[in-house]
Amino acid sequence: MGAWKYLLGTALLAGILLTPALIVMGPAGGSFDDALFVVLAALMLVSGLAVVTMRDIIRCGLAMIVCFLALAGIYGVAGSPLVAAAQVLVYVGAISVLVLFAIMLTQSKRAPSRLVFQTQAGPAAVLAVVIALMVTLTVTGTAWNEVAERMRVGASALAATLFADYVLPFEIVSVLLLMAVVGGVFLAKREERGS
Amino acid sequence: MNLANSLDSYLVLSGLLFAIGTFGFLARRNAISMLMSVELMLNAVNLAIVAFGSFIEGLKADGPIIALMVMAVAAAEATVGLSIVIAIFRNRKTPLVDEYDAMSR
Repeated sequence: MGAWKYLLGTALLAGILLTPALIVMGPAGGSFDDALFVVLAALMLVSGLAVVTMRDIIRCGLAMIVCFLALAGIYGVAGSPLVAAAQVLVYVGAISVLVLFAIMLTQSKRAPSRLVFQTQAGPAAVLAVVIALMVTLTVTGTAWNEVAERMRVGASALAATLFADYVLPFEIVSVLLLMAVVGGVFLAKREERGS
Repeated sequence: MNLANSLDSYLVLSGLLFAIGTFGFLARRNAISMLMSVELMLNAVNLAIVAFGSFIEGLKADGPIIALMVMAVAAAEATVGLSIVIAIFRNRKTPLVDEYDAMSR
């Protein structure tokens, strides 16, 4: 195992990610946003596939962080910078750490077993392809009443709507989070013997 | 070539991520892998919501707010789900879901 392997892998990944960007900006005549979208989408899909197919589960967790970061970038391209920031804070910062700690708590020495998939992996793959095709056909076949240029929503406009129209869901979510914290502590607590 | 400015590309991307998450949830043996796949599916739906919010006039501010709500609920779900997995692991000493067969014996 040498460092050159990682260098080679990084160079290969950069090539895979940058080639579509150059194609989009060059021959296909797209803008910089299009190239950014293509690169982030490719990164997200590749790391998402890595999450569900890789053998070593701690690498799955790390690939999930990459997937969430690329998705935060896509939120930024889509024109919702506040959602992108929340994605980085909540998913990359909190949920990924939670998942990584759970992985560390539940993997024993013999746990990275040879069989990663259930026996139903083949039908599951067929079902996933069917879902992807159905969504693609439905989306491209529907005439959405969409605006020509994507709208950017600033934080102040968002806050005005959140604290005027959505106050009740906001408060309910805070109570739900408190309940989840208490429930998580209660469930993961070690039971005392003999009481 | 108009990828970043059309609703279709975001929705197709969200559908692909959802399909990947579905495959992972149905195919993986490890309980934590299944929870990670659920997170992928939640993120796919969130991407669709944000895309609708930034392309449909009537949902301009509602889309991002609903996405933020979904994130908070997903955080609660991850907390409770992972602690349930840890509690089961403490009893059964394995994270593999096909060995949770106490009801069939």
